[in-house]
Amino acid sequence: MSDLLIELFSEEIPARMQGKAADDLKRMMSDKLKEAGLTSDTADAFATPRRLALHMTGIPTSTPDVREERRGPRADAPEKAIEGFLRGAGVARADLVEREDKKGTFLYAVIEREGRAAAEVIAEALNDTIRNFPWPKSQRWGRQSVDPGSLKWVRPLHSILCLLDGAVVDLEIDGIKAGDTTHGHRFMAPEAFAVTGFADYKQKLLDHKVILDANRRQTLIRDTAQTLASAAGLELVADEGLIAEVAGLVEWPVPMLGSFDASFLEVPEEVLILTMKKDQKYLVTRDPATRRLANKFIFTANIEPSDDGSAVKQGNERVLAARLSDAKFFYEQDLKGKLEDNLPALEDIVFHKDLGTVADRVERIKKLSRYLADFIPGCDADEADRAAELCKADLVSGMVYEFPEVQGVMGRYYAQAQGESDAVADAIRDHYAPLGPNDECPSAPVSVAVALAEKLDTLVGFFGIDQKPTGSKDPYALRRAALGVIRLITENNLRVPLDQVIRCAISDYYNASLDQLGLMPKIRDCFDASLVIGDNDPEMMKLISSPSLMAQLGRQDDLAKHMIQTFGFKDILDLVDFDAEEDLENVSIAFERYSKIAANTKVATEELPLFSAERLKVQQRDKGVRHDLIDAVFAKGDDDLVRILNRVSALSAFLETDNGANLLAGFKRAANILKIEEKKDGVSYGKPVEVARLGAPEAEALSGALARAKEAAENALISEDFEGAMAALSGLREPIDAFFEHVKVNDDNADVRANRLALLSEIRSAVNTVADFSMIEG
Amino acid sequence: MPFQKMILKLQNYWADHGCAILQPYDLEMGAGTFHPATTLRALGPDPWKAAFVQPCRRPTDGRYGENPNRLQHYYQFQVILKPSPVNMQDLYLGSLKAIGIDAALHDIRFVEDDWESPTLGAWGLGWEVWCDGMEVSQYTYFQQVGGFDCKPVSGELTYGLERLAMFVQGVDNVYDLDFNGAEGDDRISYGDVYLENEKQQSAYNFEIADTDKLFEDFKKAQDECAKLLEAKLPLPAYEQCIKSSHTFNLLDARGVISVTERQAYIGRVRDLAKACCAAMYEKNGWEA
Repeated sequence: MSDLLIELFSEEIPARMQGKAADDLKRMMSDKLKEAGLTSDTADAFATPRRLALHMTGIPTSTPDVREERRGPRADAPEKAIEGFLRGAGVARADLVEREDKKGTFLYAVIEREGRAAAEVIAEALNDTIRNFPWPKSQRWGRQSVDPGSLKWVRPLHSILCLLDGAVVDLEIDGIKAGDTTHGHRFMAPEAFAVTGFADYKQKLLDHKVILDANRRQTLIRDTAQTLASAAGLELVADEGLIAEVAGLVEWPVPMLGSFDASFLEVPEEVLILTMKKDQKYLVTRDPATRRLANKFIFTANIEPSDDGSAVKQGNERVLAARLSDAKFFYEQDLKGKLEDNLPALEDIVFHKDLGTVADRVERIKKLSRYLADFIPGCDADEADRAAELCKADLVSGMVYEFPEVQGVMGRYYAQAQGESDAVADAIRDHYAPLGPNDECPSAPVSVAVALAEKLDTLVGFFGIDQKPTGSKDPYALRRAALGVIRLITENNLRVPLDQVIRCAISDYYNASLDQLGLMPKIRDCFDASLVIGDNDPEMMKLISSPSLMAQLGRQDDLAKHMIQTFGFKDILDLVDFDAEEDLENVSIAFERYSKIAANTKVATEELPLFSAERLKVQQRDKGVRHDLIDAVFAKGDDDLVRILNRVSALSAFLETDNGANLLAGFKRAANILKIEEKKDGVSYGKPVEVARLGAPEAEALSGALARAKEAAENALISEDFEGAMAALSGLREPIDAFFEHVKVNDDNADVRANRLALLSEIRSAVNTVADFSMIEG
Repeated sequence: MPFQKMILKLQNYWADHGCAILQPYDLEMGAGTFHPATTLRALGPDPWKAAFVQPCRRPTDGRYGENPNRLQHYYQFQVILKPSPVNMQDLYLGSLKAIGIDAALHDIRFVEDDWESPTLGAWGLGWEVWCDGMEVSQYTYFQQVGGFDCKPVSGELTYGLERLAMFVQGVDNVYDLDFNGAEGDDRISYGDVYLENEKQQSAYNFEIADTDKLFEDFKKAQDECAKLLEAKLPLPAYEQCIKSSHTFNLLDARGVISVTERQAYIGRVRDLAKACCAAMYEKNGWEA
C-alpha cells in the first residue's frame, strides 16, 4: 500500500476559491484513481494562498491484473476471418488456443493485461486533473501562452510536487516537471527544500513558516484575536466568514491589535464596521459594558516582522485612518444639508427606462404608503407620507455613494439629525426589509406602510411592463419582493384587500407620470374633445352612460384617460389646441408611457395576484403547510392573506378530526358519483332539490341537515369564525354516512334519481362555502 | 524618499531589467493602460518590455484640492513585460525594495483583483498588492485586449505613485509630499506643484467644461477615428479613441450622461478600441 503526496505550487490563489479547489483536487484525483482500480484508504486536501496539496494513503501499488478471453471464429474458418480476429484482439496467431464445445472447435484469444503501476496511473490522473481543473476563472501566462492550448491555471503555476512513497512520480505538464521540492513562506523562508513524504512535508512547511491546514490557521487567528481583545478589555465581534477569508490570505497568520482615533466613533458604526471588515479585512471589537464599537481592531499580517511589528501596525492604522477620514468627511458633508435637499437629484437617477426615475418612484411610494396607512392599525398617514418622501433621499448622499451597502441606514441617521420622528427615521432604514425569508420583518406601523408600498410599487411596475421572473431568472428580485409583501401582511396580521391595493398602485403609475408633466389641463381638453367624437359613437355613449364605470373611474380625468385609450390618441389630439410643440410632445410621451402600462394592466391585475398566491404557497410549504389546503382555500378567490391563512389553519385542524376526515370522504364519494352521472347524462344536477321526491327518510334528513349546515357555516364565515364554520359542517358527517349506507343514488325512478343527484350536488355546494374540497388530496 | 527620486529609482530599476524607459504619452487619458505602449503593444506576438510614467486624468475624482487622497490628475508608473516572465512577482518585489520598502519589515500581500476595462474590451487576472493593508499596485496578466486573446500574455504593473510615495514618506496628505527632496527655500512639495491645478481643473471639469462642445468633440473623434481606420492608420486612429474616451469622462463629470446613455457611450469607445486593435492585426499581418 502506498502513500501519495501532491502539491501544486502557484502564485496567490484568491481566498474565496481555495476551499473548493482543495475539495475539487481530492474529488477529481480520487475519482480518477478509483476508475482505474486504485482505491485509497484516506484522502485529505489542503489549501494555502500559494499551494493546493493532497495526501492519500493506502493506495495499491498497482491496478489489478486483467485476464480476458475472447471467442473467435471456428478453427476451420477461412484465413481471412482469422486474420480479422487477430487484428481486433491484438494478438498473434501463436497465442490462440483451440477449445471444443457442442457447436464445434473454436479459436480463443486469451488476453492478459498486467496491472499498471500506480505511479503511471497517478501521473495520468494528475495530468488530467490539472488540465481540466474547474477554476471559476483561469488564465494563461508566460512564453508558452503563444500557444492557445497552453495550460490554464488560476494564476501562474510554478511547480508540481508529486511523491509516491517518497519517489518522484514521472510527470511533466506544459514544461513543469514534477519533483520533490517546494518553497516556504514567501518572505520569511523563501528557499526551496526537498521532502520525503507527507509528515516530512507538513513539518518542514511549518519550519518554513507555512501552516498547511486552513482550519489551523483559522483557529490560530480566532484564538489570538480573542486573546488580544480580552487583554485590551474588549469583546471580539465574532465573524467566522471573515476569519475564513483572512485565513486564505496568509500562510503564517500573525494577528495584531491596532487602533484608530476615538473621534471617528462619531461616524455611524455601520460605516466603520463596513470599512474595517470589507475593505481592510479587520476584525472589530466592542466595549463589553456599553456594547458600543471600540476604537480597536485586529488585523492579521502574513509575517513576523523583523521589528516588533510597529511598522506594520502603523501602516495599517494609517490606511484605516485615511479611509475613516473619507467616511467622516462624507458624513459631515451630508449632515450639513437636509434629506429633502437630495430629492431633486433623484430625478436624474433612472429606476428603469420604462418605469421612470427614482423621483417618480418616490412619488408613487408616497401615495401608496398613505393609502396603505388606512389598513395598518396605528399608522399615521402623514408620517407614512413623510417617511416615503425621504426613504430614497440618502441614495444621493456622499456616504451612500461611497458605501452603497449602508443605504437606508444612513437615511435614518440623517432623518434623526434633522429632527424627524423616530417612526419616520426607522421607516427610512427599514423600508427595504424584509430582504429574505429569514431577514427581520418590520412591525412598526409606519415602517410597514412604506416597506409594503416600496415592494408593491416594484411588483406592479415590473409586471406592468411584462418583466416577470422566468425560471431561475429574476433580475429585479420580484420573488423576494412578493415574499416581502406576504411576510409584512401576514406577520403583522394586516387586513389588506390586496387586489384593491394593486389597482391603486397601478393607477399611481400613470397618474404620477401625467401629473408630473403638468398635463392634467391638457388631458381635460382631450376629454372634451373625446366627447365630441363620442357623440357619434354608440360605444362611447354606452361608456359614459354606464354609472358603474363612472363610479369606477371616479374622476373626469380618469375618464379622459380611458377615452384616450379607447379611441386612439392622435384623433383626439387633433381636436385640441396646443400652445407649443413641446407640450404636444410631452403629452405624447405621457400617453405612450400610460398606454404601455394600461395595455399591461391586465398582466398586473390578473397575474400579480396569482404570482403572490404562488409565493404564499411556496412560503407556507416551506413552513410545512399542505399545499392542497392552500389551493382549496385560494380557489375561494380571496385576496386577504390573513383570512386565507386563518381559513387554511382551521381547515387543516378540521381535517385532522374524525368528523373532518369522514366528511371529506363523503364529499369525495358524492363528487365522484356526480361527476360520473353528469358526464353520462350530459347535464348538470346543480338544481334545487324537491324534498318531497327524494323517496327516502335518510335523503330527506340529509337535505334538511345540508340547509342548516350551510346557513350556519355562512353565518360563521361572515364573522370570520372559521372554526365555527368547520363545526357546522362537521354535523353533516352522520347524515351523509347514513345516506350512503341506506340510499341508492341511482334509483330506478328517473325523477327520484335526479333529485338524489341534486342532493349530492348540494353537499358539494355546502362544503364549498368553506373551501374547494375537490382540491384536497386524500 | 522624495517623489521624484522614487520615480527615478523605479525607472532605473526597470531599465536594469531590460525595459525601454518611455516618456508620458502626450494625450489626456484615464489610466496608463491606455498608453499605446501598453494597449497596442500587448497585441500580436512580438516581445516588448517598457516602463514609463503616465499622468492620468479622472475628472470625476476631482475634489478642488480639499481631499487629502483624491486627485483628478495623478501619476501612474506602468511596466509592461511581454511575455510575462516566470519571475515577474520577484521582479515586482525587487522594485519595491528599490524604493525602500523592506519586505522583512512590512506585510506585503497579493489580494485577488481581476481587471477589466470595458472601454478597451480588455480583461486580465491578477491582484491588488497590499503593503500593510494599503493598495500600492495593480498587477495583471492580460488575457484579452480589444477583444483579441493575448498571445503571448503580457504582465502589467501599475504603481499609484502618489499613494506609494505617501506610504514611503509616512505622509497623510498628498499635498504634503516632498517632491524634490530639497531643504529650506528650495523645498518643493506636491502641493506647490499641483494644489492650484487641482482647484482650477476641478472647476473646469465640474462646472465650466462646455458640454455642447464636448459632445461635438466626441462625435468628431469618432468620425476621425473611422476615417483613419479606413486609411489603414491604426496608430493615429487609436489616438482618436483615447480622445473620445477622455471626452466621455469629462461629460460624465459634468453629469450630463444618464445611466442608460453611459453604457452606450462606453460601448462606442469600445467599438473604436476594438476596431483599432483589429487594424493593428491587419496592418502587421498577425493571426488573431
